[in-house]
Amino acid sequence: MKADFARAAGLNIILAEDPEARPSVDHGPLHDIPVAIKDNIATLRMPTSCGSRILEGYISPYEATVVSRLRAAGAVIACKTNMDEFAMGSSTEHSAFGPARNPVDPTRVPGGSSGGSAAAVAAGVVPIALGSETGGSVRQPAAFCGVVGVKPTYGRVSRFGLVAFASSLDQVGVLARTVDDSALAMQIIAGRDPMDATSADIPVPEYRAAAARPVSTLTIGRPREYFPDALDPAIRARCDDVLAKLRDAGATIRDVSLPHSGLAIPVYYIIAPAEASSNLARFDGVRYGLRVTGDGLTAMYEATRSKGFGAEVTRRILLGTYVLSAGYYDAYYKKAQQVRALITQDFHTVFNSGVDVLFTPTTPTPAFKIGAVSDPYEMYLNDIFTCTANLAGNPAISVPIGTVNGLPIGGQIIAPHFGEEAMFAAAYAVERL
Amino acid sequence: MAVTFDDVRHIASLARLSVSEERLPALVGELNAILAHMEALQRVDVSGVPADLAAGMTPMPLRADGGEQLRLAWPREEFAPDMRDGFYLVPRLATHEDVDE
Repeated sequence: MKADFARAAGLNIILAEDPEARPSVDHGPLHDIPVAIKDNIATLRMPTSCGSRILEGYISPYEATVVSRLRAAGAVIACKTNMDEFAMGSSTEHSAFGPARNPVDPTRVPGGSSGGSAAAVAAGVVPIALGSETGGSVRQPAAFCGVVGVKPTYGRVSRFGLVAFASSLDQVGVLARTVDDSALAMQIIAGRDPMDATSADIPVPEYRAAAARPVSTLTIGRPREYFPDALDPAIRARCDDVLAKLRDAGATIRDVSLPHSGLAIPVYYIIAPAEASSNLARFDGVRYGLRVTGDGLTAMYEATRSKGFGAEVTRRILLGTYVLSAGYYDAYYKKAQQVRALITQDFHTVFNSGVDVLFTPTTPTPAFKIGAVSDPYEMYLNDIFTCTANLAGNPAISVPIGTVNGLPIGGQIIAPHFGEEAMFAAAYAVERL
Repeated sequence: MAVTFDDVRHIASLARLSVSEERLPALVGELNAILAHMEALQRVDVSGVPADLAAGMTPMPLRADGGEQLRLAWPREEFAPDMRDGFYLVPRLATHEDVDE
């Protein structure tokens, strides 16, 4: 099987191709299957630029553990995909290499920040792609492009070789055409990695076996905060139709509440930029990529970073530096961490009450037109249903549940920590409806 | 807590970013608009809630003091040719070219 790069024509979703790539083993569960890799995951034969001028052309001297594991399973690492710069965005418009386009409707965004990976799967370039999640960057583009997107539990998958954005939130995720393909890919990349101290030493179950779990054994929560009055009525109707069919198939549906969910966006957009302002300090012209000369060391730092980073990354570094600075730390960062604990506790309370998984919309709207969202905070609201799982560390998956005005929408399933089996079981059930 | 022009100049300096005077007004407006939404957090009662709970993740036990070597694809000399006293040497600053070692 070969990556069909012709299908990416005109979409600006591929940043680098490796047409000579070969699998590292003769046989394996992904034998000869082409896989696309988001541009912030280190690969050896193609640059890892993070969609940024500051790392343009940078080739890593080592590869990410997830990439090694895919190659060891027989996969062909075919290409690197476009993304919002340093994974900061929800549309893949904030790439230094130009906006990516949605293959369903090229006048619209594919979502982000893993928009290139989602679009590559949706267009049929590859059947499986890796993305990364910090606040919904796999699930949201999956929903916009009509494919499956998985964010594993924090610690489930190694991050060795994933360029850090917000280290208490980042996870590598999978985009695929089907739930089964996503379960297979997740099976391969999950598990302890000695090179990543945050990877959990917990056995990895057989995710594909979840397909056999009867839907009648599932108790599915419908959190009322994810169905606000302002939700697009067509998306609400599609979600409630899915829940009704799951009930008809034997599942137990229960109304539940996650009362602090409405605070997730303010919490996320304090914590993530704060961590980013620290993580991105390493890009200063000394060791990596771009260097712009200046009159002395500080001037070189400032010239390099100001030319190398785009507007959204600059905005978030400034925001993160502000909320961590003296006089504002307690009011913003400390407070956000405390509210994050309350959001996490909400999930624990619901899952400890006998609920196996939660079902919600993945996004409040379908894919929007390129250039239609210019206000930064309006863009941030794309993450409103997804960033809670990142803040609390829970696994979550987006599964296509139909279309609204011809545009794909996704249903999200959130599970307890390391509860990927229940998550996949519900996802298989939704896919079969 | 409105962000001022001087605040942005200060945090830009802390973050090693140069912000032009032309860009400053828009940036101040954008940051204030974003931070206005963060004010919702000030109304939440967090008494007794710890700030170091992270995400309630699984604990990360200490590993043995050793571990694997970084798996480099090619010899270190090919991408970082210069070392001295065990440290990597990075390209010199243009303004320091004439400084004696």
